[in-house]
Amino acid sequence: MKFSLSWLKDHLDTGSDADAIARKLTALGLEIEGVEDASAALGAFRIARVLTAEKHPQADKLQVLSVDLGDGAPLQVVCGAPNARAGLVGVLGLPGAVVPANGMELRKSAIRGVESNGMMCSTRELGLGEEHDGIIELPADAPVGATFADYLGSDPVFDVAITPNRPDCMGVYGIARDLAAAGLGTLKPVDATPFAGAFACPVDIRIEDAEGCPAFYGRVIRGVKNGPSPQWLQDRLKSAGQRPISALVDVTNYVMLAYGRPAHAYDLAKLNGAVVARRATDGEKVVALNGKEYTLDSTMTVIADAAGVHDVAGIMGGEHSGCADDTTDVLLEVAYFDPARIARTGQALALTSDARGRFERGVDPAFLDAGIELLTRLILDICGGEASEVLRVGAPPLARKTVAYDPALAGRLGGVAVAEDEQRRILAALGFEAAAGEGSGWTVTVPTWRPDVDGAADIVEEVIRVHGLDAVPSTPLPRADGVAKPTATPAQIVERRVRRAAAARGLNEAVTWSFLPEGEAEHFAEGNGGLWVLANPISEDLKAMRPSLLPGLLSATRRNLDRGAASVGLFEIGRRYLRGEAGASDEKLSLAVVLAGEKTPRGWKSGKAQAFDAFDAKAEALALLAEAGAPVDNLQVMGEAGPQFHPGQSATLRLGPKTVLARFGMLHPATAKAFDLDGPVAAVELFLDRIPPKKAAPGFARPHYAPPALQAVTRDFAFLVAAGVPAGDLVRAVKGADKANIVAARLFDDFRGQGVPEGQKSLAVEVTLQPGEKSYDDAALKAIADKVVAAAGKLGGVLRG
Amino acid sequence: MEQLEQQQAETLGAIADAATPEAVEAIRVAALGKQGWVSALLKTLGGMSPEQRQSEGPKIHAAREAVTVALAARKGALEAAALDARLAAETVDLSLPAPEAPRGSVHPVSQVMDELAEIFADMGFAVASGPEIEDDWHNFTALNMPETHPARAMHDTFYFPDKDAEGRAMLLRTHTSPVQIRAMLKQGAPLRVIAPGRVYRSDSDATHTPMFHQIEGLVIDKGIHLGHLKWTLETFLKAFFERDDIVLRLRPSYFPFTEPSVEVDVGYTVVNGKRVVGGGGDVANGGWMEVLGSGMVNRRVIEFGGLDPDQWQGFAFGTGVDRLAMLKYGMDDLRAFFDGDVRWLRHYGFGALDVPTLSGGVGVKA
Repeated sequence: MKFSLSWLKDHLDTGSDADAIARKLTALGLEIEGVEDASAALGAFRIARVLTAEKHPQADKLQVLSVDLGDGAPLQVVCGAPNARAGLVGVLGLPGAVVPANGMELRKSAIRGVESNGMMCSTRELGLGEEHDGIIELPADAPVGATFADYLGSDPVFDVAITPNRPDCMGVYGIARDLAAAGLGTLKPVDATPFAGAFACPVDIRIEDAEGCPAFYGRVIRGVKNGPSPQWLQDRLKSAGQRPISALVDVTNYVMLAYGRPAHAYDLAKLNGAVVARRATDGEKVVALNGKEYTLDSTMTVIADAAGVHDVAGIMGGEHSGCADDTTDVLLEVAYFDPARIARTGQALALTSDARGRFERGVDPAFLDAGIELLTRLILDICGGEASEVLRVGAPPLARKTVAYDPALAGRLGGVAVAEDEQRRILAALGFEAAAGEGSGWTVTVPTWRPDVDGAADIVEEVIRVHGLDAVPSTPLPRADGVAKPTATPAQIVERRVRRAAAARGLNEAVTWSFLPEGEAEHFAEGNGGLWVLANPISEDLKAMRPSLLPGLLSATRRNLDRGAASVGLFEIGRRYLRGEAGASDEKLSLAVVLAGEKTPRGWKSGKAQAFDAFDAKAEALALLAEAGAPVDNLQVMGEAGPQFHPGQSATLRLGPKTVLARFGMLHPATAKAFDLDGPVAAVELFLDRIPPKKAAPGFARPHYAPPALQAVTRDFAFLVAAGVPAGDLVRAVKGADKANIVAARLFDDFRGQGVPEGQKSLAVEVTLQPGEKSYDDAALKAIADKVVAAAGKLGGVLRG
Repeated sequence: MEQLEQQQAETLGAIADAATPEAVEAIRVAALGKQGWVSALLKTLGGMSPEQRQSEGPKIHAAREAVTVALAARKGALEAAALDARLAAETVDLSLPAPEAPRGSVHPVSQVMDELAEIFADMGFAVASGPEIEDDWHNFTALNMPETHPARAMHDTFYFPDKDAEGRAMLLRTHTSPVQIRAMLKQGAPLRVIAPGRVYRSDSDATHTPMFHQIEGLVIDKGIHLGHLKWTLETFLKAFFERDDIVLRLRPSYFPFTEPSVEVDVGYTVVNGKRVVGGGGDVANGGWMEVLGSGMVNRRVIEFGGLDPDQWQGFAFGTGVDRLAMLKYGMDDLRAFFDGDVRWLRHYGFGALDVPTLSGGVGVKA
């Protein structure tokens, strides 16, 4: 909402300057977004009289002027304006002045060989309007020599952000009311003296949709002469950022901007029969004033006549019946429309307008008569004509809300005790009426222009915002005794630990979009009811909610490799979005890792660069699962990592046969190709949500432990097994062969080739034995070894000689 | 006995001349070995008369001692020389690079969320969460934004075509505020929570991304008023920026879910072309920057949260986590947060051990 200081002063009698007003507006909740003063840039421009104008010797379209600044020393200026002539009083920019329109600094120069000491300026060049047909012509008595800034006078323009709860401040008058309440002046009354109509309103106005349009006041003005509106009105509209169109249109805009009261003026000649506020029929069409055609439906209120729709009620008029230069008779419409209806219609049509913005927030239902009288006065003053009586159809909702309010609530809720007298003063200045209510409380009657106020907390807000939020003292929040208690949940602790563990392992944490291209999401979909796909994505690349964190990381990996990164190790912790129960989402915490490029660069010692392999992925998976509290010693390595992975170089880590805690391995070449990744890529996905929570320990003390007195011994075993037997199964079997004695089993060799029969492999396991009370003797060792060999035998393993 | 002296002298000479441990060993065998000359002399002691033994014994023992000592000394010297020679041969160029371990990093958003959790934990706030794919009841209606509310349109909401079992439209939450409702319904009152997380608006330009991070704060208790809100935000910002000169400016504003509503500006000064938080904003080269939206929780919202608004009241606030990170750590491009560029992550990310603590400071100095 933009308006000039002079416009504000129409409604506010104040001695405050623009700066004080701007600061107070922000303090009141009418946030200043900027204050512009066009005259500030015009201090270097002076009023000058053209003494003589001669033709330029070298150019047909230029003239050489002699210009007087009132100091008796005329300057020579070259000018191309067709209206430059002797006697004209205009505006001269001297060398050093900066032209507001283009930022150019003026210089003394020679134009086609003739010296020029400045520039006579047009309206557009000075940023004061669009006219550029010639130089500015001021009245002959304008003070020659004065600065143009002084002559124009400073009239700063305020740009104020109006919050959606304040339709009353979508007019200058309402803003003046707030400022007056805050002590910055006196609000001037609205002069809306009724005109006696010269004749009855000749148009039949009917309301068929009383819900959407409770009230429609109309008046005909006959014999008007439309045309450009007067300068003062154009200046006002321009200060508000609006383009003047014609007097009749400008007047309705002016009343909307000044009083927050939208209205519409129809060209009576283009109407046909009765004017009716009704529901549109489905599929009915109208071309609005913006030149676009809209297809309406039966939820929308329109103003129509026998021929068709002329107005999307309260949002935008129709092109057909709008006022034009040849309009002689107008029908004024000042109506009240249901805010919710306006909002829904506007949303459905995706049509915004100044009128909609006001109607959907709620215009003052008690301002219909004032609005129509203000409009009438302006039209009669500017366009002449003769006004009819006002035809009032329907009734606006004038009932005023009352709120039970306890003045102590300002302190209890607002945090600042405001004296009751001051509260009464503030409320009265804002148009509220406070009467004695129950006990010490008040009954506050809300003014018709404040649809936002309906509770005691709203009254507190009014009181403290006018009183000043600076006056609210900081009050410490009561705190519990002692040191702050831990607040993190077990899941939060796991997330933090895993994040820092991953970073400690050399991985960089990325945060990638939650949404993906649908194809990428589809590639990783789990098929539990389908993806979540946006109805209104911002682009096709940000459309489907990710079912896995890997696609986002793979894309980030590709971007890094494209930028020349030699090695990429990225991880992300975040949600994957699945389908839950009852139509809700099921968002699961996951961690993904992608390893691509070089694991180790070529080195003086290590030789060639090495790529990541599936065991690097396994190492990350196990280490991070361990940090997350998963029982990694009990996990089984199984298959079925998913079609996104290399079928022979990927696996799952499971707790029991069903619960997959992680999948890892090399990407399937098809996946890599889909993400434009060359070279091997290792990946890990941890399903943090599936890790069983640890049983809460009652305290900090750990179970008793004393290192065994006797030293552990190791024994090596090598077995021939079928090549297809997973080494992990053999190690697990060996480790479980004698749980009383075997504390560890570690595979240290996997050999195939010479000395090993075709189709078999030799697996060597180092077994650690921990004696208890007494050292092992040969018989004991042999008994344990026999158990190991027997256990391996169940998997077809044969001890190598 | 002259022979003894001569042999001793010859042996000691040979020891001194011995160039290798093997030569020293040969001399030892020749002197002290079973067949050695010293051993032979020692054996003669048994056949001597007591007088003879008394005069010859010490000489023979002295010879044995002298040879033994000389052998040990020479052997030690030779071994030391050999070790020196070996070590000299083993010299490596330690200016060669050692094996490198990549340094990982924690994303600034995660780091700042940890910082916020640490600061608010000290004030008794727990961390709450809720779904990002929300229904319009939690995201709007329960926050006092009925269907036709103009604020709904202002939210640039991403919608799904789906409805939940109760017919509510599914959408991506536009703010973390629905967690207020979920926290009240689940935990009741009194309540102090923060809720950080991803939020979504269909908005994309130089300073807006369709996904960003917010943190919500909610206090529900008895006798909580706007002064408590002001103190809480002041205290939080002082702790977060580790500055005592934080000055806040509260401005009346409007949010459907709070009443009264205030926007919170923090004063800054421009230093070397960058905004530095601190001081009042009304000074020369200073200004006010909007950092938080807040207010006293609207009665209707408390009701929607299943609580009695005549008994409980409180405040709520919300702010952008990415924005806080940028203000504190100096990034100037929001889009880079979500690109995963390892160069950016290494520069703006944090070490695994940079865990925010109250004793060590919640921030990480540049």
